[in-house]
Amino acid sequence: SSRQRVNSELFTLTYGALVTQLCKDYENDEEVNKQLDKMGYNIGVRLIEDFLARSSIGRCQDFRETADVIAKVAFKMYLGITPSVTNWSPAGDELSLILESNPLVDFVELPDNHSSLVYSNLLCGVLRGALEMVQMAVDVKFAQDTLRGDNVTEIRMKFIKRMEENLPAGDE
Amino acid sequence: METRFTRGKSAILERSLAKLFSEMVQYCQSQVYSASGVLCVGLLDVLDVLVLREEWKRETKVLNILLFIKVSVWRALFGKDKLDGFPAKATVHRHKGTTLMIKFDEAVIARDKALEGR
Repeated sequence: SSRQRVNSELFTLTYGALVTQLCKDYENDEEVNKQLDKMGYNIGVRLIEDFLARSSIGRCQDFRETADVIAKVAFKMYLGITPSVTNWSPAGDELSLILESNPLVDFVELPDNHSSLVYSNLLCGVLRGALEMVQMAVDVKFAQDTLRGDNVTEIRMKFIKRMEENLPAGDE
Repeated sequence: METRFTRGKSAILERSLAKLFSEMVQYCQSQVYSASGVLCVGLLDVLDVLVLREEWKRETKVLNILLFIKVSVWRALFGKDKLDGFPAKATVHRHKGTTLMIKFDEAVIARDKALEGR
């Protein structure tokens, strides 16, 4: 439908405008990547409440379940895509999300002088921020990126540790 | 042909766009010094609400979007449909790249503060 196309384009253009602005504001790609991660983090810490409210998902039993929920529910809910979950480490603490498509990068091409730019790094921050709010410290990064010539887009996510819940003083 | 699936995906991206836009507005606000009259904070919640009401129209031009936001923010804040002499302007302000600003007249800010104080 044309409305879907308009919204897709608006979404892609808006994200593109953000990345373009950051490239102008910051000296180098590494700084832009950091800023994208930080902004994603800010979005993620708020997004988790929206997600829990709309999905009615209860507490996940383990990291495997968490990964499934992220791929099948969260990605679907916010980006309309369902990455596949693969490449589990033997310890079960690291996995890959393979994205067949990515609404952030439709029609985007990286110019030559931005070879270190992780264009969709916002997503890593979103995942990191959202999981931190449910007491999971994770490390998230892009392992492959179709924008940089790889065949697929792969996000690698590693479980670091469970975080202590911070209760305000005086709570029972 | 619009199916249930495509309607869903359209709404998905609208919501995500609002969240992304909110964060971008906050970023812009942190980067641009303004003495007064830049009303960004209200945009965050207003955009979310507007998306839920499916009032996000097919505006593909940036200034049209800003105009739409201006109208909607006014309505959301003051609940009035009369927009004559709306004391604000939406401009694309170029400063270290492109920064989008909605500048409200002092009177609007003062009135908003007075309403908040009720």
